Amino acid sequence: MAAMGNRILVATRKGLFDLKRGKAGWRIARTAFLGDILSQALRDPRDGTLYVAQSLGHFGVKLQRSQDDGRSWKEMAAPSFPKTDDRNGPSVEYLFAIEPGGADEPGVLWCGTVGGGLFRSPDRGASWTLNAGLWERPERKDWGGGGFNVDKPGIDTILVDPRDSKRIVVGISSGGVWQTSDGGATWRNTSKGLYAEYMPPARREDPNIQDVHRIARCTAVPDALWLQHHNGVFRSTDGGTSWKEVKTIRPSKFGFAVAAHPKDPSTAWFVPGVKDECRIPVDGKMVVARTTDGAKTFKVLTKGLPQKHAYDLVLRHGLDVDATGKRLVVGSTTGHLWISENGGNSWTLAAGNLPPVMSARFA
Amino acid sequence: MARVAFTGNLKRHVDCPAVDVPGASVRAVLENVFAGNALLRSYVFDDQDRLRRHVNVYVNEKRAEPDDPVGPRDEIFVFQSLAGG
Repeated sequence: MAAMGNRILVATRKGLFDLKRGKAGWRIARTAFLGDILSQALRDPRDGTLYVAQSLGHFGVKLQRSQDDGRSWKEMAAPSFPKTDDRNGPSVEYLFAIEPGGADEPGVLWCGTVGGGLFRSPDRGASWTLNAGLWERPERKDWGGGGFNVDKPGIDTILVDPRDSKRIVVGISSGGVWQTSDGGATWRNTSKGLYAEYMPPARREDPNIQDVHRIARCTAVPDALWLQHHNGVFRSTDGGTSWKEVKTIRPSKFGFAVAAHPKDPSTAWFVPGVKDECRIPVDGKMVVARTTDGAKTFKVLTKGLPQKHAYDLVLRHGLDVDATGKRLVVGSTTGHLWISENGGNSWTLAAGNLPPVMSARFA
Repeated sequence: MARVAFTGNLKRHVDCPAVDVPGASVRAVLENVFAGNALLRSYVFDDQDRLRRHVNVYVNEKRAEPDDPVGPRDEIFVFQSLAGG
């Protein structure tokens, strides 16, 4: 029986908030890095190490590590590109996704960046190497960027297959879905079925320009994946090899975040916004959309969420589900953090005055 | 030896006391600082060793670039532009 998520790490534009659930409910148990722009916070379930990614506008990206559960932090080497002779050579601009490697490779971390580089650390973040197999793909020149924190292509999703740590799916905004089966030596684009409605007709189905906002995978049935794309929701039942559009999503198909039920491949959650050029909830009503029947239908969940004058946006990493599939967290750019303990049927405001939430994750 | 001092805003993130180091250019002086403080480098230079876009270096009272010359009695000050909400 998977453990209930009793702790949430929230990375915001002005610091880290470590929430714990006690007898009286959820509370902010600790803060760190107050005033600093953070992009990610992770507790590695394999060894309990905590990681925080900073984006100090003036001073670059930094990676912090805690081996005493957040009481103290040590700055590690952040991922960086090798030096080149090109005066316009790449530099990491944002740490967009950080994920533990598989259960059989302790200490291994993966990091996706804005700049388009995927990096691997073999030693809990002490050192990082650019994944050359993906970086050197000629299709990379077609990848795009543009928008909040993603002026360059950004790797926003890294999914290590729980059955085989060498099989990894990454999502790129905007470079499509890429997969490796050999631990990152070789990669293939698996964006079949995705389309970009805003592109010229001849490029709509180009696999290398697809704007993948976020992908989530069912842990127990790893071939079941859900994808929030710039212009809609897609689903895969073949390990992300091909994708089918989910047209039943409501109240709208635009959004950034997605969460997949850890055990039930037919259940997933989304947080729709009006559309790309109007990134607010439809009619000012904050909602979460949930399917429990493999996208045949969606239920719009509203209980406990503001239904008047709500303008919250939930970014790619602002939605998470715990290992039981019962507890969910939603963190918004307006600084609201809502938690559900019943699969989304009802929600409670756990914190209402946070800085804009960049990432909220069960720990 | 040139005197190198860093903004207090940087001291919040990384240890960077003022130091006296040799070097004939801004870059050479800073490299000598980083030789004893590797973490500090990434706060000032990006992955390609370019001065970060919002980091300023002054030699005495003049804004300087990495290749500008530095004399033995010069003072180098590293600070950043502050903006945003």
